[in-house]
Amino acid sequence: MDYHSPANFAEASALASKATGITRFLAGGTDVLVQLRSELVTPDTLIDIKKIDGVRDITRNADGSWTLGVAVTGAEMSEHPDLGNDWPGLVEAMDLIGSTQVQGRATLTGNLCNGSPAADSVPAMIAAGATVTVTGPKGDREVAVEDIPTGPGKTALTKGEVVSAVNIPSRGESGGDAYLRFIPRTEMDIAVVGVGVNLRLEGDEITEARVSLGAVAPTVLLVEDCANAIIGTSLDGEALEALAAGATAACNPIDDKRGTIEFRTEVAGVLAKRAAKIAYARAKGEQA
Amino acid sequence: MALDDRKSQFTFVGTSPDRPDGLDKVTGRAKYGADAYAPGMLHGAILRSPHAHARIVKIDTSKAEAHKDVKAVVTRADFAKVPFKPGLEGEFWNVLENVMAGDKALYDGHAVAAVAATSALSARDALKLIDVEYEVLPHVTDVDKAMAPDAPVIREGAADYSVPEGMHPNVVRYHESGHGDVEAGFAEADLVIEDRFVTEATHQGYIEPHACLASLGNDGKGELWCTTQGHWIAQKTCAALLGIETAQLRVSASEIGGGFGGKTTVFIEPVALALSRKANRPVKIVMTRSEVFRATGPTSSASMDVKIGMKKDGTISAAQGVFRLQGGAFPGAPGDLTAMCAFAPYNLTNVKQTGYDVMSNRPKQAAYRAPGAPMAAFAVESVIDEMCNELGLDPVEVRLKNAAHEGTKASFGPRYERIGLVETLEAAKAHPHYSAPLKPGQGRGISCGFWFNHGGETSVSLALSEDGSAQLMVGTPDIGGSRASMALMAAEVLGIPYENIRVTIADTATLGYNDVSHGSRVTYASGLATIKAAHHAVEKLCERAAAKWGIPVDAVKWENGCAVPSGSNAGDFDPMPLADITADMGSTGGPISGHFEATPEGAGVSFGTHIVDAEVDPETGKTSITRYTVIQDAGKAIHPSYVEGQFQGGAAQGIGWALNEEYVYGEDGRLQNSIFLDYRVPVASDLPMIDTVIVEVPNPGHPFGVRGVGETGIVPPLAAIANAVSNAAGVRMRQLPMSPPRILAALKGNG
Repeated sequence: MDYHSPANFAEASALASKATGITRFLAGGTDVLVQLRSELVTPDTLIDIKKIDGVRDITRNADGSWTLGVAVTGAEMSEHPDLGNDWPGLVEAMDLIGSTQVQGRATLTGNLCNGSPAADSVPAMIAAGATVTVTGPKGDREVAVEDIPTGPGKTALTKGEVVSAVNIPSRGESGGDAYLRFIPRTEMDIAVVGVGVNLRLEGDEITEARVSLGAVAPTVLLVEDCANAIIGTSLDGEALEALAAGATAACNPIDDKRGTIEFRTEVAGVLAKRAAKIAYARAKGEQA
Repeated sequence: MALDDRKSQFTFVGTSPDRPDGLDKVTGRAKYGADAYAPGMLHGAILRSPHAHARIVKIDTSKAEAHKDVKAVVTRADFAKVPFKPGLEGEFWNVLENVMAGDKALYDGHAVAAVAATSALSARDALKLIDVEYEVLPHVTDVDKAMAPDAPVIREGAADYSVPEGMHPNVVRYHESGHGDVEAGFAEADLVIEDRFVTEATHQGYIEPHACLASLGNDGKGELWCTTQGHWIAQKTCAALLGIETAQLRVSASEIGGGFGGKTTVFIEPVALALSRKANRPVKIVMTRSEVFRATGPTSSASMDVKIGMKKDGTISAAQGVFRLQGGAFPGAPGDLTAMCAFAPYNLTNVKQTGYDVMSNRPKQAAYRAPGAPMAAFAVESVIDEMCNELGLDPVEVRLKNAAHEGTKASFGPRYERIGLVETLEAAKAHPHYSAPLKPGQGRGISCGFWFNHGGETSVSLALSEDGSAQLMVGTPDIGGSRASMALMAAEVLGIPYENIRVTIADTATLGYNDVSHGSRVTYASGLATIKAAHHAVEKLCERAAAKWGIPVDAVKWENGCAVPSGSNAGDFDPMPLADITADMGSTGGPISGHFEATPEGAGVSFGTHIVDAEVDPETGKTSITRYTVIQDAGKAIHPSYVEGQFQGGAAQGIGWALNEEYVYGEDGRLQNSIFLDYRVPVASDLPMIDTVIVEVPNPGHPFGVRGVGETGIVPPLAAIANAVSNAAGVRMRQLPMSPPRILAALKGNG
């Protein structure tokens, strides 16, 4: 196994381009190292990107948008004084992952690139409209988060490509987001269903919405029908039922050790309603 | 009871001092199974079957042997070469077959070969160089399917005499007991309910994986360090499997990071010894968590039918149960114990119970706190709860009405001596929890539970030092704070402070045979032996004092740590403290020690009653346990904090078993969830504060009245939680675990 710690992303990309066999990028390592030790994935090339300048920075840009380095940890996001005010749903989603120890290492980018449909931060990022900057042999490109996962453990990144930043839009006025997941315990578990909701209001009426579902299909889903079910409403009972129906209809889950098809389909609707209510309350400036 | 009067006379017993091993454990100085190292030590790793059931056609180890870091490779052939001692049959044969497969791999994870190499990584890599040719066979993992006529046969001829003719060869033991006429009893009943219940296998979930360091020379002398609940059984079993003399193998027990019954046998120890003998170097093996789940001893899974008849006033007129337990690919599932415990709390005129021990393609089950009893309580106490609901009766009153007491003929045969079930029920009725109002969406459940408790072979030595301190050597690994309770009991007899007594878990070369720390026996049996050993030392102390005073020994008695004249006509002497006697013991007759060994028989059965409140989210089926109270008879609580700890631990593990823990097998017969991420034990935030009430109805079989408390606490939770959940959800849950998908499906079915 070869280990590299490049000084910049161009170098990281070049190393990955030249590598043969299995290549993994190492930031927090909370998936890569666990998979390595349990012999699920034994990389031939390990490229450590956490020593690159700026990868631990959380930056609020002039337009109110955010740029997060790829090695920013869940703990750093939770402890940031302002990020959670803008995007409480996203920060909470990241904070749900693993233990306190894992929070000290785990990253948004790792959660995304691991390709799990049950990744907690991914529905929240998709709902927020986040993008990632991808550095590759041909330079940088910006890709919507929902376009990264292509299947369980698979991403749209091509050989030599590496995520070099996470971009989160400006929160703007009268917006709110929320993420809820179902686990049978209270913590330390993998989502059986996850739902991210982000919306904006004018008065009581929802004018923009994005709804994303996790753990109910081979990839995390951005569900337009769910968004359309609540846009133009004040999240009344009828809208909530339409939202739940949209979520249920979008589900294409599997039966496995973590939950059944029936359960996931049913609970996706339940959580969509609950998450939408929280996002709505937050958009109204209420505590939720 | 007379012992109640003596309670006030205790000085040390009944207090809760810090545990003597506490500092070592919180500072990391304590040595657990994986903390041992030896010069020249190799690392062992075990190759395991990926198939649930397969004939092993051929094993080619040549490539692994050629690996530069590999010093030994063993397969079953390395055990078979050994001339077996007479008696390598029965359970020893089963254990050998389990630790290293013979002709067939019998379950996913079954060991088929092992290597020892100079590093753990090399050992792991070398496993990949071993070629095993398998002929995959049909498999079965479900207990009911394993009993069906078309089930694949795990092993012909494994059944014993007890199995009725015509049963499938996978049924290997049969039990039937009871008394009265159940059919007549059902005819008298106003209400008869019969239901079927299913529980899945669970694992003890101890935090410390199995680990050992073994050294065995060609002279047949060996040393073994391992994490175990019983190092004498490890010694005896390993010696038998390796064909060496028992006394030539010295076994030391490490600190133990949990066992709960799962560390009462051997898995990796004989393999490490075989590797060591072949490599002529010490070999260490440490299991991964996945190996622990796949290849140690989980509980049985069970399928049960229970039928109870009740009169309108709550009197149980008849009770009958059939209990089928699957215990993996070997005999041993406790179908008999499940059957015997099922109705044990009740005073019944007509009762009949039947138990089956069934083999399947799963790992060989091991004990897990009161093995077999929790499943039985789940089925029986659920039916009683249904009947109380249907007849509009109070569940505690109904249990009180039918409760067993001193003199009751137990459902499994004997008459009870003094027992404390009624006292636990009265305490439940009086507890504020039982009358606290419930919120909407919440339900309350109660359940009783029974366990036999055990005595077992026990040997204890105590030696006094010149300065008046004492060292106590016991042979039962400390799995529940027993060093503290042993020191308290010795302090009580000797009359010296708790802190002046050092308790050591002696190795197999230091004491005579000690049975495993199981059956809730340690505080009872090692405690009894400690008390007697201390009395033995006190006799000698009194002899020395008598000699110094020049009076007969029967004119000396022992009080508050001093020899004193037994009466005014014995002479007028100042009390002589223990340290004054030991100070010059070398010149007054030599070292002073006490010793005791026996197989005490008066363990004293134990009962408990649990009260649980649960809240169910009707939209997701998720359960929260909102309040929990454990009430149990401890006989006499030597160290009340650790008694409470045992009560709380039983409830915590029961909550896991009831709600989310289960072995999940795929269609291919492979275990799907062999990591803690997917084998869902409760995390701390899943548990409420677990309240405890220690009831003390002294056990006449122990000098201080002790009853074991380690196991009874896990008997009521499955039922009590199922009753609470069923009452909260409005639908009866008859299958464990009551995971959210199962509850939601039941709610939908009901709606």
